[in-house]
Amino acid sequence: MTTPHLSRRSVMAAAAALPLLTGRALAEAKTVTLLNVSYDPTRELYKDINAAFASYWKSKTGQALDIKQSHGGSGKQARAVIDGLQADVVTLALAGDIDEIAERAKLLPPNWQSRLPNNSTPYTSTIVFLVRKGNPKGVRDWADLVKPGVGVITPNPKTSGGARWAYLAAYAYGLKLGGPGPAKDYIARLFKNVPVLGAGARDATTTFAQRNIGDVLLSWENEAFLTIDEFGPNFDIVYPSSSILAEPPVALLDKNVDRHNTRAAATGYLNFLYSPLAQDIIGKHHFRPREAKAAAKYAAGFKQVSMVTVDQAFGGWKKASAVHFADGGLFDQIYKPT
Amino acid sequence: MTAPAIPAAPIHARRPWVVHSILPGFGLSLGITLAYLGAIVVLPLVALAIRPWELGLDGVWRALTAPRVAAALRLSFGLSALAALLNAPLGMLLAWTLTRYEFPGRRILDALVDLPFALPTAVAGIALTAIYAPNGPLGSLAAKLGLKTAYSPLGIFIALVFIGLPFVVRSLQPVLQELDREVEEAATTLGANALQRAVRVILPALAPALISGISLAFARAVGEYGSVVFIAGNLPGKTEIAPLLIVIKLEQYDYAGAAAVGLAMVVISFGSLAAINWLQLLLARRGKA
Repeated sequence: MTTPHLSRRSVMAAAAALPLLTGRALAEAKTVTLLNVSYDPTRELYKDINAAFASYWKSKTGQALDIKQSHGGSGKQARAVIDGLQADVVTLALAGDIDEIAERAKLLPPNWQSRLPNNSTPYTSTIVFLVRKGNPKGVRDWADLVKPGVGVITPNPKTSGGARWAYLAAYAYGLKLGGPGPAKDYIARLFKNVPVLGAGARDATTTFAQRNIGDVLLSWENEAFLTIDEFGPNFDIVYPSSSILAEPPVALLDKNVDRHNTRAAATGYLNFLYSPLAQDIIGKHHFRPREAKAAAKYAAGFKQVSMVTVDQAFGGWKKASAVHFADGGLFDQIYKPT
Repeated sequence: MTAPAIPAAPIHARRPWVVHSILPGFGLSLGITLAYLGAIVVLPLVALAIRPWELGLDGVWRALTAPRVAAALRLSFGLSALAALLNAPLGMLLAWTLTRYEFPGRRILDALVDLPFALPTAVAGIALTAIYAPNGPLGSLAAKLGLKTAYSPLGIFIALVFIGLPFVVRSLQPVLQELDREVEEAATTLGANALQRAVRVILPALAPALISGISLAFARAVGEYGSVVFIAGNLPGKTEIAPLLIVIKLEQYDYAGAAAVGLAMVVISFGSLAAINWLQLLLARRGKA
């Protein structure tokens, strides 16, 4: 992780120490630095978006922007912000993590999610299966994951946002088998087939793609496409019959932007995510755009599957976390030694 | 009868616990030592010791006896001890070879021993995983024998042996170098055979250093995180080490629970190190007698 507050300080120190300077140095001193603290699979996405927004902002306001990004497991990133990482905006894997920031560090109001369109989620994604070329184990749907001899790779839902979505997608399938009892049974059998629990999405992808462990990777849709781009044609993507509508939210951290005097730029940045230009970049990176035109343009790349939402199937993140991922929750129970 | 007059006590006798040294600067250096140790070692430990109790005694007990936590602690301490014990004979052999024989490439081998020290632990973990994964060169070999190396407790063991080796070798080398050859020669002239020389002359001289090497390797292995998480597989109750469990608890904002596990590790580590020290003292005393 970077330590952007240090560089912010050094920029300010440089500006303060050298008052006698040329116009160019003065212009540099006016450069506004934004820090976007995000989750694992958005590295490439925000690299492109940041470049596009910086030039858009420059032409609109004349202000030069330096946008820094920090990536890691969603929960870990939220904890870093709570512990004082000076983020201006957060773009995390799940609303529950931003709720924690609102609750514990009070950097933003509890109703943050209603401040931007679409539940503050400028794009959606889902969980898909990545299998080895030709799908030798014949994995077509969730039921195939619990068959004996099928190795399933997924990160630890306690530490990985993507894994929480995958876990809930699997559980939602289990619910269809006849309610909470069979769902719990299904999840327990599923995790019996998991030989390695990585800490984050990238970790799991490496285990699957480079170490050759397992037959199926439960993966973010965009991460699955990225793996195929990266490792070539060794893999196929399989869409299960049902999955979950993953809504990774974004939010402005009010207390931090006011301290840094960056509210205008940070607000502009988040609004920009909903613009046609950013939505097109989002589609290009295999996330599902919200905006109709971009959505239509990239629709061919995404298979339409029936998706449940966390609110429908689990009564919101707060409840889902308490029931499934808290200490002693369902996830802990299935790992109880028998 | 009155006792003979005692001459006026010197000033420092007011503090009879201070053994007077002829070296000046005792007060200043002790002050700095205490301040430094206090800030660097004691303060963080105190913070760690205070944190868990917000759960209450009952809560701490429940946190530590949860099957998952107990399994992680057992795994961490058990494998660390096994790794340190394996490193004892092998480290001794390495130290012996490197100090007692002269051969081409000796210096290179000597430098290689330090590598586990110098390598960032994450790099070590990734390298070990690449080799011992089922598709890696050694991992595939082991798989043919029906052994699972990476992503099993055996993988953790390998990583702990790897990082512990330099501690044993480097503790023994200076002692072996200083060991008087004449003592061995004297033993030979008195009719001792090679085995007797090794067991009755060399080993007792090495024992204190060997024990401190083992305890260092053990302590390091208990706290090792970076290299192990890559090769472990991290399955709760099976291959999840205690330091990883601490990280997982932190990521769930369970600061007190994480501190409870941390405190338990400190207490167990401290206890085992104290036991090892005591053993060392015992050996040293027997050596003198």
